[in-house]
Amino acid sequence: MSAATATITDLKGDGRIPLRGHLRHTGALIRRNLLWIRQDPESMFDAVLFPVVFTLLFVYVFGGSIGQSLGGGQEAYVQYVVPGLMAMMGMNMAQGVGTGFNQDFNTGVMDRFRSLPIGRGSVLFAKIAVELARMLFATVVLMIVGVLVGFDITNWAGLLASVGLSAVFGTALMWIFLTLGVVMKNAQSVQAMGFLVLMPLQFGSSIFAPTASMPGWLQNFTDYNPLSSLADAARGLMVGGPAAHDVWVTLGWSVALTAVMAPVAIHKFRTKA
Amino acid sequence: MTRIDDNPSGARSAVTVRGLVKHYGETKALDGVDLEVREGTVMGVLGPNGAGKTTLVRILSTLIQPDAGQATVAGYDVVRQPRQLRRVIGLTGQYASVDEKLPGWENLYMIGRLLDLPRKEARARADELLERFSLTEAARRPAATYSGGMRRRLDLAASMIGRPAVLYLDEPTTGLDPRTRNEVWDEVKRMVGDGVTVLLTTQYMEEAEQLAGELTVVDRGKVIANGAIEELKAKVGGRTLRIRPLDPLQLRPLATHLDELGLTGLAATSVDAERGAVLIPILSDEQLTAVVGAVTARGITLSSITTELPSLDEVFLSLTGHRASAPQDAVPADDRQEVTV
Repeated sequence: MSAATATITDLKGDGRIPLRGHLRHTGALIRRNLLWIRQDPESMFDAVLFPVVFTLLFVYVFGGSIGQSLGGGQEAYVQYVVPGLMAMMGMNMAQGVGTGFNQDFNTGVMDRFRSLPIGRGSVLFAKIAVELARMLFATVVLMIVGVLVGFDITNWAGLLASVGLSAVFGTALMWIFLTLGVVMKNAQSVQAMGFLVLMPLQFGSSIFAPTASMPGWLQNFTDYNPLSSLADAARGLMVGGPAAHDVWVTLGWSVALTAVMAPVAIHKFRTKA
Repeated sequence: MTRIDDNPSGARSAVTVRGLVKHYGETKALDGVDLEVREGTVMGVLGPNGAGKTTLVRILSTLIQPDAGQATVAGYDVVRQPRQLRRVIGLTGQYASVDEKLPGWENLYMIGRLLDLPRKEARARADELLERFSLTEAARRPAATYSGGMRRRLDLAASMIGRPAVLYLDEPTTGLDPRTRNEVWDEVKRMVGDGVTVLLTTQYMEEAEQLAGELTVVDRGKVIANGAIEELKAKVGGRTLRIRPLDPLQLRPLATHLDELGLTGLAATSVDAERGAVLIPILSDEQLTAVVGAVTARGITLSSITTELPSLDEVFLSLTGHRASAPQDAVPADDRQEVTV
């Protein structure tokens, strides 16, 4: 038992964890989440399949008819929907973090983490880091499929910027899923709830189709739907056109969501009995 | 071993609980609990389901906050110094809190890193503890494939990574079969041998008897008794007579005959056929004399007659007025300590 002192060298002071400690803990937890993927490679399926299925489905099922309203055909719709799907990437990430966190709560392992001298944020940051990596992977798949069905990557910087914007918005949305994850009983409910909330938001937006032909009341909704702003911003950044306004609106929503929901999520997390 | 209790007196209090209260709405999970665990000792907290045992452990692990009262562990206050406190405790929950998707080794390595062990040391510690808890062969398999006992051992190993000064064992053998339970007990005894202070919650009387030196009996959020286990038994005052007839065929008739005496002991007269004995609870020396008189009158030859201290089950019954709701299977009567008259 020669190494006995290692874990209690830090007994003095107020017990605050130095930045290096936070990084070390987050690293150890990232390793844990990566090992999950290695242990269960199927968990990557959705990351791979989502962009493939959605791209093919929307381009080939709706592409022709919606493309006409865009003044082109299927090719015009490809340019329209691929940036829209880019906007979806961040949402998937948010949902991944929420579900994963909930699973931890339901096994005793979160109790173990919470009784260890680590910053409670480390568990979250590790999860975000891994889900971001998964999102980037899915984005690469999306771009490959997109190019195969005819998407023109004209602006690489804009592409990267839209990935970033989607991730920023996703991180803000994540707080909602985290709150759900702590409040709700199991991962399935979080997923179901997420689906119920996200579905109308996603379809009631400019992600999949232009809003011009929608009835007036719906347009009022889609105009204020942050997902429309995010999708339009991605579109502007990736294929050209005005983007600045939508970028700012999206960032504004992200800040507002975080400001409201992060304290709620953290409070729920802290007081979870 | 450099530990927080490296002091010559050895009599310091490792856990001190004063007037601890935790309510959940109308439910008083803890309703003013006092508790003291001296360094290097094992304190058993005995009580049925819903007595407040887990709430106590969760407060002492900084997982939840008390509504009122004070608690310190190794000198750190649970409310004001949670970060320091977490460095000196180990927790093994009621449900094995290991990451089932990770292999055993990775579980231990991860916790080593979370406890700030350097990589090399975290690796060595994981190897060492897997070896010690006989899990080396299963080191690379996901914990989900482990048996109940293996998982519990991994959980114990995980709580030992940081060489805690105080270890909480929250119902460590609930749901385990008797053989596995004995394995876990052996491991706990070894840890205690290393000088760890242990707070053990249990609903098994026999578990407390096996592992703990001192006992706090809780019921509905309140401490109803505490002290050394032997003291508690003496406090209750009841004894059980174990009477062995020379001729095993006399066993049943003897039991029937003694039953007819109508003694109001703590439990009914019973037959331990395996050991060829009749067990009859008594409350006083007069009752002892009455039993012996009845046996003599009947002309039954005895090979032995002994008195036993009451089991903890009986202790609980007499302290609370109701039986512990715990499963009774963990108390084989033959393991009781015998005291010859």
